[in-house]
Amino acid sequence: MNDFLEILVVGIGNGAIYAMLGLGLVVIYRSTGLLNFASGELAMFSTFIVWTFWNFGLPMWLAILGGMVGGFLIGVLVHKVAVSPLGDPHERPLAVVIVTIGLFLGLNGAAQLIWGTVDKRLDPWFGVSQITVGGVAIAWQKIGAVVVLFMMVLLLWALFKFTKVGLSMRAVASNSESSALCGVSVQNMLMLGWGMAAGIGTLAGVFSAPNLGLGTNLMQLTLVFGFAAIVLGGFDSILGAVVGGFVVGILSSVVPQYVSVFEKMPLAPAFILILAVLLFRPQGLFGSKEVARV
Amino acid sequence: MSLLEVRDLRAGYGMVEVLFGLDIDVNEGELVVVLGANGSGKTTTLRAISGMISATGSVTYKGQEVLGKRPDQLLGMGMSHVPQGRGTINALSVVDNLRVGGISRKDSEVDSDVELWLERFPRLGERREQLAGSMSGGEQQMLAIARAFMARPELLLLDEPSLGLAPLVTREVFDRLRDVTADTSTSVLLVEQNANLALQFAARAYVLEAGEIVMAGPAEELQGDEAIQKAYLGI
Repeated sequence: MNDFLEILVVGIGNGAIYAMLGLGLVVIYRSTGLLNFASGELAMFSTFIVWTFWNFGLPMWLAILGGMVGGFLIGVLVHKVAVSPLGDPHERPLAVVIVTIGLFLGLNGAAQLIWGTVDKRLDPWFGVSQITVGGVAIAWQKIGAVVVLFMMVLLLWALFKFTKVGLSMRAVASNSESSALCGVSVQNMLMLGWGMAAGIGTLAGVFSAPNLGLGTNLMQLTLVFGFAAIVLGGFDSILGAVVGGFVVGILSSVVPQYVSVFEKMPLAPAFILILAVLLFRPQGLFGSKEVARV
Repeated sequence: MSLLEVRDLRAGYGMVEVLFGLDIDVNEGELVVVLGANGSGKTTTLRAISGMISATGSVTYKGQEVLGKRPDQLLGMGMSHVPQGRGTINALSVVDNLRVGGISRKDSEVDSDVELWLERFPRLGERREQLAGSMSGGEQQMLAIARAFMARPELLLLDEPSLGLAPLVTREVFDRLRDVTADTSTSVLLVEQNANLALQFAARAYVLEAGEIVMAGPAEELQGDEAIQKAYLGI
């Protein structure tokens, strides 16, 4: 039983990370209506920025803040340089998706150039100590991940629900032309979306790096789990990203332990989940079904 | 002096010219209609006036040359454009659509205005939290109009509100439109295919054919005109 609980704890810890990356994907989807294949690499890149600040001697929280700001600026830059010249993403979705795939490669190459190919060590933000609850050891780092995730969710929810900026972002995602006619600056909202998504992704990287080692392939597997999370939860749902993240995290740590077929292929449960959801409930658990009258 | 003065307006898409020098006036408080068949350039006319596409000629609004300004700049000057196909923001609720309509305003009365417009369009009031995309065509058209009014415009550009609506629903939309424009003393430049109905509501009318104004005058006169009756009224 304790074994199971400990595996569950690992799953929840990972799930929080998938959910963080998923949140970044949801924010981009909500502002542009597109999937951002580069979000994992953006997170990796800004985690290297965190590492640089931290390695320089800054306290971890300040380094993370610096990395998030750096990530935000890179996101903004990406939008300015690579995405907005293509015009409205709602009219040329494929072009933008291909740009994000190009960014995936470009950012990876840039990170290798700047920081080299040897993995860096980033200490866990919440240290290495753990508490024991009912015989199950839980690392503070995992508790920290869950707490940070919920704070992000609360902030995002409040932003989209209560602020003019959040309303504008939602409006642009749904109908950019009408939003522009109402006086919403479409390009600014898209830029903000890119910046925010990249900033949030930084956190996913910061929590992944201590376990996986900080290398340029840090987020590549995580991205698959992040996609699985938002497919399950619904592309446009913040709550969905969180629930999806935890379900995927738990599934992919529990299933390989108990089903021997998956021992050697821990990614498989996530792929099977993606497939099943797309087949039977394409809008995900909490996503909104596209509503349109024709 | 007219509120809107359009002179020799020319516009097109790429190499294709659509408008060949239009002259249109809208006086304060007036409802003016531009009648035209499919492809005559109605939508292009509105898009050119509101700055959605580039154009040449002259567009004077409140005595100021505005050709070359962006839609959001014109919105700031009180010109609000309801695009063809209604342009409701489908994934947002009725209330949120109205809030987006007022997003460019800096004053503190936006929320009370939302309530005001929900009262003026009771059918919207019944559907406050419903997603715009799931409403009927007539309701969406009313929402699009109410949303445009949220910006407190002085001139409303309205692109074919009858499109895809049943005749009874179209009439209801026009009735509501007449009431609210009278209440708020808003001027309207309407482009329409439904000449029969539009001429009943408009003060003056222009007839657009293949990018040129071929006839203009008070709506009553045009209603009696034989050519108009043949071409548009099916009499």
